[in-house]
Amino acid sequence: MSDKQMRITLTAWRQDGPDAPGRFETYDVPGVSPDMSFLEMLDVVNERLQREGKEPIAFDHDCREGICGSCGMMINGQAHGPERGTATCQLHMRKFRDGDHVTIEPWRAAAFPVIRDLIVDRTALDRIIESGGYISAPTGGAPDANLIPIPKPVADAAMDAAACIGCGACVAACPNGAAQLFTAAKVQHLNLLPQGQAERWDRTINMVETMEEYFGSCTLHRECEAACPKSISIDFIALMNRDYAKAQLAQRRLVGQTFP
Amino acid sequence: MSIRGDLVAPVPPGPLEDKWDNHRFSIKLVNPANKRRFEIIVVGTGLAGASAAATLGELGYNVKVITFHDSPRRAHSIAAQGGINAAKNYKNDGDSVYRLFYDTIKGGDYRAREANVYRLAQISVDIIDQCVAQGVPFAREYGGLLDNRSFGGAQVSRTFYARGQTGQQLLLGAYQALMRQVHLGTVTLIPRTEMLDLVVKDGRAAGVVCRDLNTGEIYSLSGHAVVLATGGYGNVFFLSTNAKNSNVTAAWRAAKKGAYFANPCYTQIHPTCIPASDDFQSKLTLMSESLRNDGRIWVPKQIDDPRSPDQIPEDERDYYLERRYPAFGNLVPRDVASRAAKREVDAGRGVGPLKNGVYLDFSDAIRRLGRNVIEERYGNLFEMYERITGEDPYVVPMRIYPAVHYTMGGLWVDYNLMSNLPGLFVLGEANFSDHGANRLGASALMQGLADGYFVIPYTIGDYLAPMLGERPVPVDDPVFREAEQAVSDLTRRLLSINGKRTVDDIHRELGKVLWDNCGMARSEQSLQKALAEIPAIREEFWKNVRVLGGDETRNQALEKAGRVADFLEFGELMCIDALHRNESCGGHFREEYQTEDGEALRDDENFAYVAAWEFTGTGEQPKLHREALEFEYVKPSTRSYK
Ligand code: FES
Repeated sequence: MSDKQMRITLTAWRQDGPDAPGRFETYDVPGVSPDMSFLEMLDVVNERLQREGKEPIAFDHDCREGICGSCGMMINGQAHGPERGTATCQLHMRKFRDGDHVTIEPWRAAAFPVIRDLIVDRTALDRIIESGGYISAPTGGAPDANLIPIPKPVADAAMDAAACIGCGACVAACPNGAAQLFTAAKVQHLNLLPQGQAERWDRTINMVETMEEYFGSCTLHRECEAACPKSISIDFIALMNRDYAKAQLAQRRLVGQTFP
Repeated sequence: MSIRGDLVAPVPPGPLEDKWDNHRFSIKLVNPANKRRFEIIVVGTGLAGASAAATLGELGYNVKVITFHDSPRRAHSIAAQGGINAAKNYKNDGDSVYRLFYDTIKGGDYRAREANVYRLAQISVDIIDQCVAQGVPFAREYGGLLDNRSFGGAQVSRTFYARGQTGQQLLLGAYQALMRQVHLGTVTLIPRTEMLDLVVKDGRAAGVVCRDLNTGEIYSLSGHAVVLATGGYGNVFFLSTNAKNSNVTAAWRAAKKGAYFANPCYTQIHPTCIPASDDFQSKLTLMSESLRNDGRIWVPKQIDDPRSPDQIPEDERDYYLERRYPAFGNLVPRDVASRAAKREVDAGRGVGPLKNGVYLDFSDAIRRLGRNVIEERYGNLFEMYERITGEDPYVVPMRIYPAVHYTMGGLWVDYNLMSNLPGLFVLGEANFSDHGANRLGASALMQGLADGYFVIPYTIGDYLAPMLGERPVPVDDPVFREAEQAVSDLTRRLLSINGKRTVDDIHRELGKVLWDNCGMARSEQSLQKALAEIPAIREEFWKNVRVLGGDETRNQALEKAGRVADFLEFGELMCIDALHRNESCGGHFREEYQTEDGEALRDDENFAYVAAWEFTGTGEQPKLHREALEFEYVKPSTRSYK
């Protein structure tokens, strides 16, 4: 807690619609409390803009607890800003200093067209899940939950991958606009679990290939891991690549040969 | 009991444990080949909506699902931290379906329908099986079996969890099941779209009017049935733990079309949230109640104690929950824990810079179990706390205070989860059922998934079966055209006021009136005050709100304005309900009705009923319908957690 107030200069990307040209606008923001969240600071700016008859800066947000994955913007060139393992909504102004100049931009990636200001369209991520990011277990036929014991380390690793919030920061941080970390997190969440084995190879192929339709390719820059608000490890990408290689073999299997 | 209700929800015959089976046997079925001839509209993609849409799609129905999010995975269910209850009795500690039923009825302060609650407890076990089959990575023990923990209001360990992200993992499970159906073509997903009206023809739900948030286009969807799973109305208070976009609009606009709104005054104030830090606060953050398993709640005994917590010796601390409720201690139900905290803060024993919190202290648990165990159990919650407050809870006790979290009230539904408007079904937090006047921890996820995976897929058939061969009302029917017109008129009206105050500014004002007068404690006087003030704020809104921009691109202020306009009407209903209920029960605490030691004093003689309100016009007194509650199995008694 601190009652010292800060003054910052905010430069924001403004774009009226998907096809409108964009521009930067700069605002002077006095009276910023270090205990404010970054989005509360934007709320204050927006209140003032509206009182002055200007339209507020559009940005996606919802839970403001770092879990829904709605929020996200480039803050001084970093996806979700300077604090590691933190989504924009969980970033607080105490991470900035009085007099700082802060620039905010939308995620920049070919697969994420801008809708307005800082809001982008992340539908392509849903397409990847749709192509195989599930276990086909229609409601009803499930056996007792304790029937298949799952070793704790396996369950923990699956959970580490499943923690992905689908915000798209990994894509925005990647120089190639690749979605490997997002895709790998879901592929491996499911591939690690015994329940996920039946569809393991098809899932991997389908999800990787859908990913490639929309996104750039991974050249192991590791920027994604650094930007991820859930600090998801790029080891999952290695595991996915391994599964993908195996899956391609599996697809070429001879009649009668089982795999793995 | 002498209450004669005019509203009846036929409950299936037979002993409690057979009712659901009997019902499933007796209701009508739609044969598998005919299911694709029915169109169902699902609104909302939280746990209830996503699980319903996925399951209805699996069964072969033609489903359209709309969400205002950019992806179904973002719905507010995702933020639930603690866990999901199920009567598995894996811990062999005496749990059973009956005990979960009993705890839920009692926890709800005897204001829920027995048959619904029993069904919920029965289904709870199937939910866990279903979720595990989908790959939900629940916490496990070293032997590989599922782990459980205990939660407020229960003396058994029946809560399944996935770190502090249980809601996230369950929602992703439902979302993935939903996306599988989207892939298979049984479900059409319509994201970034808001439902702005319910369309009713000949007394039946015929469809919805929606607005594409990106383009502003207003259009209709028609179907044989409409399923609302649009969450709760906690944001009427402006500050709550709900996600910023959660709102009452879908439910309220359905209410204005004739659906009864039940028990709106039952709001849950969650005891463990991070206290507000300044006036800019835009939302409050919940810390999972599971923290109360190992954290001890205390305040300094001395009023206005200026010392830091580590300087206050043991005998000058008041562990007030352990003192007042020795049997349940820190694990008393939410309403009890919240009021107890308010009492301490009101008495001047609050802690923190604004004196607006109580301590939740882990030092004993860290000493007893080791820091690594605490880290394992609550690591991500501790991190979140530190990120928000800048204080390290491993060293300094957390500060917590109650905040609006969940709303037990909602649209009235019968045993089939159908509202009084035929064809309109309501699931999850949006309906009023199951939790009575207070919800137990880890039961919201259970109810959302029970409704979506295991109730609606059967009960909707009973409504649809006789309609075989009927086509949905076409969207060029005048009922749709008129509703669309009304929606565009409203939009245009909001944009044309061009006053001086922002939407948030007015929302904050409404929220404060409600929190002060219809919050953790209410009285006749405070409610009268709120009822005098709300219409004035509403008038101010329609005269002086400023919504800039147009209606053909994304306009978040316009979206918010429509929602706040509804809160301004709904808030009044909440106060009317609170004022009429001359008793205290669960989350509804009327200061005039309390026992000598400050506990809620129910009046079963006069109020053992569901209050279902019929809209009669904005600013008009709504019409009250009563559904009498019969308790055949659990005899109402005074809740005691001592
Ligand atoms: S708003 Fe939900 S993750 Fe930031």
